Amino acid sequence: MAAITFSVNGKTRSVDVSPDTPLLWVLRDVLNLTGTKFGCGAALCGACTVHVDGEATRSCVTPVEMVEGKKITTIEGLSADRSHPLQQAWIAEQVPQCGYCQSGMLMTAAELLARKPRPTDEDIDAALGGHICRCGTYQRIRRAIHRAARPASGGARGGAQ
Amino acid sequence: MKAPMDVGRRDFLKTSAAGSAALVIGFYLPWDAGAQQAPPPTTPVSPFDAWVRVQADGTVSLVLAKSEMGQGVMTSLPMILAEELEVDWASVRVEQARTDPRIYRSLGTGGSTSVRESFLPLRQAGAAAREMLITAAAESWSVPREECFAEKGAVVHRPTNRRAAYGELVEAGAKLPIPDLATVPLKKPEQFRLVGQSLPRTDTPGKVDGSAVYGLDVRVPGMLYAVIARCPTFGGKPKKFDAAKAMAVPGVRHVVEIPAVGPGAFSAGGVAVVADNTWAAIKGRDALAIEWERGPHASESTETLWAQFKQLIAQPGKVIRNDGDVAAALAGAAKKVEAVYELPFLAHATMEPLNCTADVRADRAEVWAPTQFPDWNQRAVAEVTGLAPQNVTVHTTLMGGGFGRRAQADFAVEAAQVSKAVGKPVMVVWTRDDDLQHCFYRPASYHKLQGAVDAKGQPAAWSHRMASTSIEAMWGEPGKANPENSEVSGACDWPYALPNFRMEYAPARSGVPVAWWRSVEHSITGFVTDAFMDELAAAAGRDPLEFRLALLAQPRKVMNPTNPEGPPLDTARFRRVLATAAEKAGWGKPLAKGRGRGIACQYSFRTYVAEVAEVSVDAKGNVRVHRVVCAVDCGRVIHPDIVKAQMESGVVYGLSAALKGEITIKDGAVEQANFNDYDVLRIEEMPQVEVHIIPSTEAPTGVGEPGVPPVAAAVANAVFAATGKRLRRLPIRASDLA
Repeated sequence: MAAITFSVNGKTRSVDVSPDTPLLWVLRDVLNLTGTKFGCGAALCGACTVHVDGEATRSCVTPVEMVEGKKITTIEGLSADRSHPLQQAWIAEQVPQCGYCQSGMLMTAAELLARKPRPTDEDIDAALGGHICRCGTYQRIRRAIHRAARPASGGARGGAQ
Repeated sequence: MKAPMDVGRRDFLKTSAAGSAALVIGFYLPWDAGAQQAPPPTTPVSPFDAWVRVQADGTVSLVLAKSEMGQGVMTSLPMILAEELEVDWASVRVEQARTDPRIYRSLGTGGSTSVRESFLPLRQAGAAAREMLITAAAESWSVPREECFAEKGAVVHRPTNRRAAYGELVEAGAKLPIPDLATVPLKKPEQFRLVGQSLPRTDTPGKVDGSAVYGLDVRVPGMLYAVIARCPTFGGKPKKFDAAKAMAVPGVRHVVEIPAVGPGAFSAGGVAVVADNTWAAIKGRDALAIEWERGPHASESTETLWAQFKQLIAQPGKVIRNDGDVAAALAGAAKKVEAVYELPFLAHATMEPLNCTADVRADRAEVWAPTQFPDWNQRAVAEVTGLAPQNVTVHTTLMGGGFGRRAQADFAVEAAQVSKAVGKPVMVVWTRDDDLQHCFYRPASYHKLQGAVDAKGQPAAWSHRMASTSIEAMWGEPGKANPENSEVSGACDWPYALPNFRMEYAPARSGVPVAWWRSVEHSITGFVTDAFMDELAAAAGRDPLEFRLALLAQPRKVMNPTNPEGPPLDTARFRRVLATAAEKAGWGKPLAKGRGRGIACQYSFRTYVAEVAEVSVDAKGNVRVHRVVCAVDCGRVIHPDIVKAQMESGVVYGLSAALKGEITIKDGAVEQANFNDYDVLRIEEMPQVEVHIIPSTEAPTGVGEPGVPPVAAAVANAVFAATGKRLRRLPIRASDLA
């Protein structure tokens, strides 16, 4: 197996795994970046969402060979210190319960804000419709995204890096 | 009992090699009875051993002896300790309790008991530690003890304003005699600084930056990853498989067969594929080409179960409650209503798939488990490995949801079996299809309701005959179990003043394993009773709210016949949440065209919750829930925002079940495999949820589950208000409304 090289949160990484291995398991089991979550393995729940070249992507169905040379951002890279406006808003609104889905929610929300700094409820629903939260934090997620998009918070930075 | 419980399962219980019958019996009880837990320690446990760790630098760690699965105990319980201990909340850290039954009688988290059962003991422990530190300060200063008080992590000598931080006092303080917990002075509620405040949750920061450690995030040096092929039919086992094909997958290290353990499906057993990473293990499992011996339940299906339900319901069941003379009242009634209600099996579908990591050595084992019952996991791992329980350490991790599924020990048993077999630390990972197809399901049930109203519109009779796949029949002690005990609460203690009331119950035979699904039987009885109540109100030609309130006019206490020792339902509190939810929802005020409102109210886990749903139905029969207004009386509130969050969460969990949730059985196996065929509520379907908390000085009661039970009936009743169509089976199907 030839090594596959890509960037994760600004660092160049090379992995020597079967090229069909989903990016999710490379991040978690090989690179030890466990903030990206396994939920369904079939792009049905959104828990595994990361950014690939800035685009929200389901890492559980993305073979690692597809990200050769690309830039990956995971929840660990959204900010160095929980300072991303969405992370701040998530804390202010006390969004998480079990918290397991929230990495994926945040990554998709970050992509949304990068694309559309003042999203409506409909924009939020459209962006996050592929995500599942079993604790039912959807209402607080909507509130937190609106909060992060407010001018008072300095506006959204969108995706990290 | 008309239908005996499954004989095969009972035999399994008796002959179980792992002796798990004892495990099981010890397990069921902690949900509701402190009396059945481990005996209290013979010498008092120091609060500094159990609950409070003060470092010399003043850092205070408070110990959490419950599991955090999203319900907020990592915040609410330490708050109670910190309140009496008088420490600065900002300086507090939270540490998970170790599995030591000599110190912690029960670490079990379930039955919405955490705050209710911990409120007084944690206050006493915090107060005892505070008093010991005050004594230590007074002694070191040689001043009268009464002149000293505690404040923000320090003891202060009032006359001189001299201060000593807890960090300076703890060494001496911890050696002092432990105060009698029964008489240790507790703060008056009006002195509370923390209890009653919505403090920032301690677990939030790690949940927004990826650093929170769930079970799947545990990393142990040298660990391997395993997935297990389990027989698709319950009670089956592997006949043959091709280990060589699995071993040919790069990264696969071992293929081992593990036996089933315990009654029926306590742990299913199967073939474990152990690899360097999860993906290699999954691919290895796909390559196994297993032939199964399909076991005794291979012909069961939803159809065969429903046929059995219909037979059971056609004959009298065990009488659970019988007030007045229902038969005579029905015979002579002006108006009669009869309806059949049907509810399916449900899976919990926690976001974090089940998993557990174990490192089993010759003389000890270490286990990292996202578990609601670390002490049961400890005993189960001890039994399956042959180790003494004190040589098994269970580290409780954060859980990506629990909902009752993680009240089991199957994942811990599997991890221990596989680690022992391969001699290395192993994480067993469940995939989503494993999770949906090897769950301990919410029971399926079938109900026949008959009611009558007299010529004046007063209710004259209520008859409820229920059949279900009883949890108690599966888990209870053979021959001694009362199958109805896990099934009928919420229906047999229906609080309305109905002069003639009868409830009967019959357990159905099934090979499908069942257990506790968030709110247990109340998710079933809550729907059936409140939906039929609406039918009676309609038959009487009366407003559903007015009809209910009138039957609660006289305050009464209603006893649950299956739990006569338990706290009776207080109809005055029940009435108050009903009236509050209705008022806040604008009951009786005009709605947009095509919308309807429905109301329901349930008493569960000692908490009163009423919910009003506002819905519309489109031309194709699709139900849209726009708004849910919830009123909750859970006694004294520790953390208002967590109460609100739990109600919001319960509403969504209940809506997922009401609108979508259904597990079906074909040829002995579950048909659903992932979120495409077991979908749950999505953000675009999320209604506006408003929560109103009734102020109270009563003892605190549970909030993890009680938000779930009323919502399905509130929605069904709202659909009736909007369309005139009754919904009597869940999930709600567009075809029933088109």
